[in-house]
Amino acid sequence: MTDNTIIRFENVTKSYDSATPVLNNVSFEIERGKFYTLLGPSGCGKTTILRLIAGFMEPTSGDIYFNGNKINHVPANERQVNTVFQDYALFPHLNVFENIAFGLRIKKLKKEEITRRVLEALKFVNLEGYENREIVEMSGGQKQRVAIARAIVNDPEVILLDEPLSALDLKLRTEMQYELRELQQRLGKTFIFVTHDQEEALAMSDEIFVMNAGVIQQSGTPMDIYDEPINRFVADFIGESNIVPGVMIADYRVQFGGKDFECADKGLSPNEKVDIVIRPEDLEITTVDRGKMTVKVDTQLFRGVHYELSTFDKDGNEWLVHSTKKAAVGEEIGLDFDPEAIHVMRLNETEEEFDKRLESYGEENHAK
Amino acid sequence: MQNNTNRSYYLVPYFGWMMLFVIAPLVLVIYFSLFDLHGNFSFINYQNFFTSVYLKLTLSSFWYAFLITAFTLAIAYPTAYWLTKTKHKQLWLLLIIIPSWINLLLKTYAFIGIFGVKGPLNKLFESMGIGTQQILYTDFSFIFVSVYIFIPFMILPIFNSLDKMNPTLIDAARDLGSSTWTTFTKVIFPLTINGVKSGIQAVFIPSLSLFMITRLIAGNKVITLGTAIEQQFLVTRNWGMGSTIAVFLIMFMVIIMILTGQKDKGALSNEQIK
Ligand SMILES: Nc1ncnc2c1ncn2[C@@H]1O[C@H](COP(=O)(O)OP(=O)(O)OP(=O)(O)O)[C@@H](O)[C@H]1O
Ligand SMILES: [Mg+2]
Repeated sequence: MTDNTIIRFENVTKSYDSATPVLNNVSFEIERGKFYTLLGPSGCGKTTILRLIAGFMEPTSGDIYFNGNKINHVPANERQVNTVFQDYALFPHLNVFENIAFGLRIKKLKKEEITRRVLEALKFVNLEGYENREIVEMSGGQKQRVAIARAIVNDPEVILLDEPLSALDLKLRTEMQYELRELQQRLGKTFIFVTHDQEEALAMSDEIFVMNAGVIQQSGTPMDIYDEPINRFVADFIGESNIVPGVMIADYRVQFGGKDFECADKGLSPNEKVDIVIRPEDLEITTVDRGKMTVKVDTQLFRGVHYELSTFDKDGNEWLVHSTKKAAVGEEIGLDFDPEAIHVMRLNETEEEFDKRLESYGEENHAK
Repeated sequence: MQNNTNRSYYLVPYFGWMMLFVIAPLVLVIYFSLFDLHGNFSFINYQNFFTSVYLKLTLSSFWYAFLITAFTLAIAYPTAYWLTKTKHKQLWLLLIIIPSWINLLLKTYAFIGIFGVKGPLNKLFESMGIGTQQILYTDFSFIFVSVYIFIPFMILPIFNSLDKMNPTLIDAARDLGSSTWTTFTKVIFPLTINGVKSGIQAVFIPSLSLFMITRLIAGNKVITLGTAIEQQFLVTRNWGMGSTIAVFLIMFMVIIMILTGQKDKGALSNEQIK
């Protein structure tokens, strides 16, 4: 634990009445001033983590620390945290101004200061001039922005955002992504952002926690997670990827699709069964005799920046290829790739083991 | 056009009903109020209403209705709140509603038994050494029984508005720093104010015209507008004065309805936000 740690979860488990816990023995640290994203499919426990941090419920077991103090039993209103709720939770009996001013009025700030700060917050979320509107008169996206303004106006140490951009159209959404990120950097506040959109997570975060079924599968920078996914779930969830079963024949040699390939991984037991990931953009189209692998083109879609090819090898594994070159459907083509493009994932590897293995490559001057 | 006239036929039963059971009695009441004891047309009844006897009566009637409503609200709101938090809330609600299906008189007589000098409550007092108390025919017993009878009518609308409220709003208020009490005063209560108003209507207005309980439980020590009307008609046989009091009672009711009328804002937006 460093001095910079603001929130720490220690073996936190949360279960409702049923036997299977919603969060299972989760531990992590949140550093001050960074942008974190909780990423995972619906129902994996993202909101539950936010609720535990905000203080709307207590963990079944395990401890939560804030600035080094245990806060398991500290009520929500005494925590230096504000939340942007998934369903906005704006007060329907108050107008936009009063919604945003709610927290400031409780702190009994001066009238002029409240007005100044509320108008400033409205400006940030591009809602200038809306202060006298009733909540019912706002669209879904506008409500979301009022909810963001209501949280940031209080200037808390940590802001929790539960899918705050999900109701916005693509353009506004991208704009708000930039603005939120910019705001976070300007304020130097800690943001914990929940989304199930991997692109949003990759674009905005300093650090991503990928979750599934109440467990954090992997945490790391967007680059780490994209380039070195720990398992099939993460690889599949973050970006498009080709995942095929393979066998680690020896150090630096892996077999899949009926062939041996050079790779950059070592330290696994001989003949260990593994999963192989190759990102579609790491595959290059060449002629059959030049390629490391021969595949048959099944379909081809034009995606704007690139073509997306769905191809199959002799074993029937599907290989997605992103290429700027065109290919003919039904034709056999060769695929070329670097040894580094092959990412080997051990089955059931824990995050610690995984990190240790990656580090050991680094020590041997593994170029990556 | 054809369609329109066709449709207005459906309104005939409704208008018929209104004419027969709402408009006609009202007109009759007003009509009777304009005759004195000897059947002469006059405004004497209205003049009499503004004498101290009737004004005092009105005031005390309002006072008791206010007390009954206040106590009912004080008991019903927490109960309704607790109900929304329980697991089997519909079942609990039903248990609270069921007594209101029992005839008012039956319940009143039950209380005569319970509160009587030889009733179980006094037995308890005696065994505790307090001795027999006169419970019946007091203000206390009158208000107690009235509150008991009206409680379901207050709980139901408050429960409904609490149940409709988005529970995340409470989290949001807490999140923004409000204590349990401020959460209640600034969020929960304003959002359920319409339920409270409906409850007040359902309790205050009938309390003004209670008359059975005043006789049986309060032993005619409490005289409400309802009792006064009853006595004018049945005892004094002064239909004119009885009708005049009734006219005023109706006016009070209308005023209360307007005062506790629903400003749509809260309830409406509360629903739409969900
Ligand atoms: N009050 C509750 N009682 C019982 N189970 C609950 C309760 N709240 C949430 N759950 C369960 O806990 C699990 C995690 O819920 P959570 O709200 O954290 O998911 P999430 O990751 O935020 O999903 P989404 O992306 O859909 O918002 C879900 O399976 C959900 O059914
Ligand atoms: Mg959620």
